[in-house]
Amino acid sequence: MSYMLEAKGLEKRFGAVVAASDINIGVTAGERVSLIGSNGAGKTTFVNMITGYLKPDAGRITLDGHDITALEPRTITRRGVARSFQIPQLYGDLTVLDNMLVANACHDQKLSFWQPARRPEAIARAQTLLERFRLTEHLARRVAELPGGVRKLLDIAMALTGHPKLLLLDEPTSGVSAEEKFPMMATIMDALGHEKGTTVLFVEHDMDIVERHASRVIAFYAGRVIADDVPAVALATDDVRRYVTGELLQE
Amino acid sequence: MTALSSASLPPAAARVAGTGHGRIVALGLASCAALCVAGLFAPKWLTFLVTMAAANGLVSLGIVGLMRGGVVPFGQGMMLALGGYTAALIFNQLGFTDALGLTLAGGLVSALVAAPFSPLLSRYRGIFFAMLTLALSMVTYGLLMKLEVMGGSDGFNVGRPTLLGQSLPDSHVGYILYVLTIVVATVMALLARIYFDSTRGLVTLAVRENELRVEYLGGSVRQAMTINFILAAFCGGLGGALVVLSLGHIEPNFSFWTTSGEFVFVAILAGWQSVAAVFIASTVLEVVRSFSSAYFPNTWQLALGLFLLFVIRFLPKGIGSLWMRGNTR
Repeated sequence: MSYMLEAKGLEKRFGAVVAASDINIGVTAGERVSLIGSNGAGKTTFVNMITGYLKPDAGRITLDGHDITALEPRTITRRGVARSFQIPQLYGDLTVLDNMLVANACHDQKLSFWQPARRPEAIARAQTLLERFRLTEHLARRVAELPGGVRKLLDIAMALTGHPKLLLLDEPTSGVSAEEKFPMMATIMDALGHEKGTTVLFVEHDMDIVERHASRVIAFYAGRVIADDVPAVALATDDVRRYVTGELLQE
Repeated sequence: MTALSSASLPPAAARVAGTGHGRIVALGLASCAALCVAGLFAPKWLTFLVTMAAANGLVSLGIVGLMRGGVVPFGQGMMLALGGYTAALIFNQLGFTDALGLTLAGGLVSALVAAPFSPLLSRYRGIFFAMLTLALSMVTYGLLMKLEVMGGSDGFNVGRPTLLGQSLPDSHVGYILYVLTIVVATVMALLARIYFDSTRGLVTLAVRENELRVEYLGGSVRQAMTINFILAAFCGGLGGALVVLSLGHIEPNFSFWTTSGEFVFVAILAGWQSVAAVFIASTVLEVVRSFSSAYFPNTWQLALGLFLLFVIRFLPKGIGSLWMRGNTR
């Protein structure tokens, strides 16, 4: 099978802590994969290695057959991999619109010395994405003044600006109240529905959200993959019930 | 892509859409014309003061460009010196005397000298960037002090320039150099405003706030910082050449750290939002310096320090924030 993203034999240690041990994962185009696991299981390390923030101690990562293991985040982004962050990485002093315009400008890779950033076509493009994420009403507000959920959505909207082929979402609903989580995830998935063929990997702790939105689940524990299957099967395995959801411990 | 007008945008977006460069250019040209006309009626000491303020303001304009990316250089005096010595040496050694040509040569040589250092400097932030630029300027100062060909610690004089093939009469030389400086400053101010509002300018602001995200969006932080440093050097070089042409003298003190400190003072006083504020702040410095030197010869730095304290306390984003309020860029 040809994978769009393939990780082979990934290893990563931080001193005595094993963050990734013999990780072998292949993701085909169009999949919606949820990465689950308790804190410190290695989910974010995996995301960080794919996006170039961390370099694995061993192993290889390929994107569409090309080795991206040693590439810098910027180069990997330009190859079609985008990400959002557990703590939204935004420009707090700028407006929502300006944040989107920065994303536009960076993704276009045609930065100009004289072309205004706030030209109508760029604004219209930003506006289209903001509408999908229901952020239009916040367009002219400074990001520092926005509530956490809105920042999360903006973080993802910015990542989508370049129409990536692979999108990694690091805990898109963390820090959001329980009643807001489902509508927020629905908004995100609805917005992603407009992107044709974008493959999505999302780190998530809420199993209801995982069951509802993932086509596949990869569970991590102590830097290892302990389950990799469709949600109904993966979430029912003993290892996942013991180390991730904690159901067996409770029983 | 279909061109869209602001009118076709949703109301919220239309409110924030840029108005283009036309209004800014018109405003800049009108200000330039008004200043040139006013110079005809102003006393010579005032036109000289404004000439110095505009020329020095160019150096601070470069610093503001860097400040927008989150770094403050403490060695911009080096760019002033490079521009000044270039103009002076070309004038004295090559016999090329055109003021406009000398000014452009000053800017270009400064940018060319800065270019090889800019990739290194673009890796550093905060105090390390400031100290590295200071180190470079002090090395330049040391070299200028020691090299006889550069006039040593006394520097050397520069004769009266020509302009576009015309010699400048005694009675009008000050005014013509004033007009030249105002025109160059206006052009650079307009270009700076256009650059600050451009896609590159916006990415520079993003670098200031969150470098990590810029990289994860596919932008290059180091490229942005490298370009800004070279542009700042060009501005500094233009300013240095204009200062030398008006003063008729150059010396190593141009590259001394206290000179660099004055440019930083002006940049902080102006803030990073408004281009006009840079030249206003530069004029304020020149006025304070001139009058304090006359009336409080040994305490003018005290007045300057108190003034800066006041600005930092009550206008942390500089005097430009007075009329750029609500504009996050």
